[in-house]
Amino acid sequence: MSAQPAPAAWLEGIGVLGPGMPDWPAAARVLRGAARWENVPTVLPAPHGLPPAERRRMGSLVKLTLAVGLEASAQAGADPATLPAVFSSSGGDGQNCHEICQALASADRLISPTRFHNSVHNAAAGYWGIATHATPASNALCAHDASFGAGLLEALCQLAAERRRVLLIAYDASYPEPLRSARPIPDAFAVALVLAPERGAAALARLSLAVGGGRADTLADAALESLRTAIPAARSLPLLGQLARGGAGRVVLDYLDDTRLGVAVSPCP
Amino acid sequence: MTPLTLSSFTATSALGCGLAPTLAALRAGRGALAPCAFETVTLDSCVGEVAGVDEVALPEGLTAQFDCRNNRLAWLGLNQDGFAQAVERAASRHGRARLGIFLGTSTSGILDTELAYRRRDPVSGALPADFRYSGAHNTFSLAAFVRRALHLSGPAVVISSACSSSAKAFASARRAIAAGVIDAALVGGVDSLCLTTLYGFHSLQLVSRAPCRPFDVARDGISIGEAAAFVLLEPAAAGPAANGVQLLGTGESSDAYHMSSPPPDGRGARAAMQAALSDAGLSPQDIDYINFHGTGTASNDEAEARAVADVLGATVPGSSTKGATGHTLGAAGALEAVICALALQDGLMPGGVNTAQVDPTLPVHYLRANRSGPLLRVMSNSFGFGGSNCSLILGRAG
Repeated sequence: MSAQPAPAAWLEGIGVLGPGMPDWPAAARVLRGAARWENVPTVLPAPHGLPPAERRRMGSLVKLTLAVGLEASAQAGADPATLPAVFSSSGGDGQNCHEICQALASADRLISPTRFHNSVHNAAAGYWGIATHATPASNALCAHDASFGAGLLEALCQLAAERRRVLLIAYDASYPEPLRSARPIPDAFAVALVLAPERGAAALARLSLAVGGGRADTLADAALESLRTAIPAARSLPLLGQLARGGAGRVVLDYLDDTRLGVAVSPCP
Repeated sequence: MTPLTLSSFTATSALGCGLAPTLAALRAGRGALAPCAFETVTLDSCVGEVAGVDEVALPEGLTAQFDCRNNRLAWLGLNQDGFAQAVERAASRHGRARLGIFLGTSTSGILDTELAYRRRDPVSGALPADFRYSGAHNTFSLAAFVRRALHLSGPAVVISSACSSSAKAFASARRAIAAGVIDAALVGGVDSLCLTTLYGFHSLQLVSRAPCRPFDVARDGISIGEAAAFVLLEPAAAGPAANGVQLLGTGESSDAYHMSSPPPDGRGARAAMQAALSDAGLSPQDIDYINFHGTGTASNDEAEARAVADVLGATVPGSSTKGATGHTLGAAGALEAVICALALQDGLMPGGVNTAQVDPTLPVHYLRANRSGPLLRVMSNSFGFGGSNCSLILGRAG
């Protein structure tokens, strides 16, 4: 594959929530080998910011994305209301989808209005806006197993084209049966990155990205490697591991079929 | 932004397959909404169904993985107006890995899942053995199918933000070109009839029993349609400019207000239109025609009218073509961008069909009949659930 220009960004904030990873500091300890990974179910925190009526309507994905988005924004010292956002998920709200399909297969086919408007792939993005009062553009992407890579690529293209900070949130959650057998995502996992076009006081590392080929990096720990392959948003783990270890280096992330994303990481001293 | 050329485009909707029947229907002021006879649906409503979708055969070797109504509609659409051949030529010019895919859909192949749920094992509850997730149900199925069918190997993504999906696909594509990640983009939207949207909009009491009447004083809801619309975007210098139509600007915003209704003052819509003007480096008076989002619900049309009046003034001629095609949801942005491209080429401002009496309380210059005249720049609005707004500006080259 030919050499391509490399969009780049300054990473300012990280949020993580997944099984055995209640936040980024805990995930970083696991990923740099300072703590053992305990495969305990993802615990979704109570949501902040949403009015009670919205809180009743929202699904688990909203709690998941609010948690990581707010964690990353706080670390970056950014007001989430000012950030354009890129949301990327392989499947959206599986529980809601199941409930709708079940109702549509029933005799009366009646589905609830709330279930219907929560069925859109951009539901988490919509609730994020309501909760944080963010009015800049938000995007809602899907690329199946490549959804983290697609989101990272979109975020870096936004930075390159528009030269303003952007929040990336990649997230996935389980389907209930019977869909779970067809798409066995074991648990919820989300990662958020605040990315900036210029180096500021909050800069943690410089990331530069290239679309290419090769083999995706794997994780040495077999249990973590199975997490990486089982949940599309966890395809970010090699990048998070590089950031947790703190050194300069290059990681290769899974993307589409035979295409990979190479990310060069240079930490800020 | 640097203008991009629409070096090829096509649309398939209830108006017909390809540009010729689409333009003929627009010129004749003919709509295509008919009483819903889709699947086993008994809702009292009208839909814009594309004829013959169920008979479409996917290319050899892709049926087992990707066959579903949405991908059949995509394949039907790709094969109109020499579009697939134009993509092939662009792939040869730029390289297969340098042509990106940016497609919008709201429901992808969910219809297959809806029908599979009727055939669950009565004891275990399992889905039937022929159920496919990745190639049909998954939102990305559309882009994965198009990538395989056209032998492309560049970046690919589905944008799924409800009814703004395929308008936003243009914005993502042009950023990727500007960032140098790709050299050209296949942009579009495909959404097909399914039970989730038919019964879902019904549950929200947003569906009209009659063919929808955008901006009418008696408007009472949407009519759902389906469509496949595609555009090949290339830098102005790189591709053939025979069509003479360019993408001049894109603008996006979020309402941060409510999941399924816009703020009454239309502030999110206003922000998207202003961003598009700014992106294109244009003034409000530069816009000759606006293709409204114009769904035909009371609150959507009112909020949009106020927003358009605030940004462009109340005298810019405009119409909603959803009276003719139905609301094609995730495909609407691309379909209406193609209609705008036809309007620019043809000097045709299509009158909105079905609308008998324009709501006198709305500050709009709504065209009920076709008007002809030279058009240089037009705007198209697309707004979706979750408060996702996108405005596009297209213009004639030169």
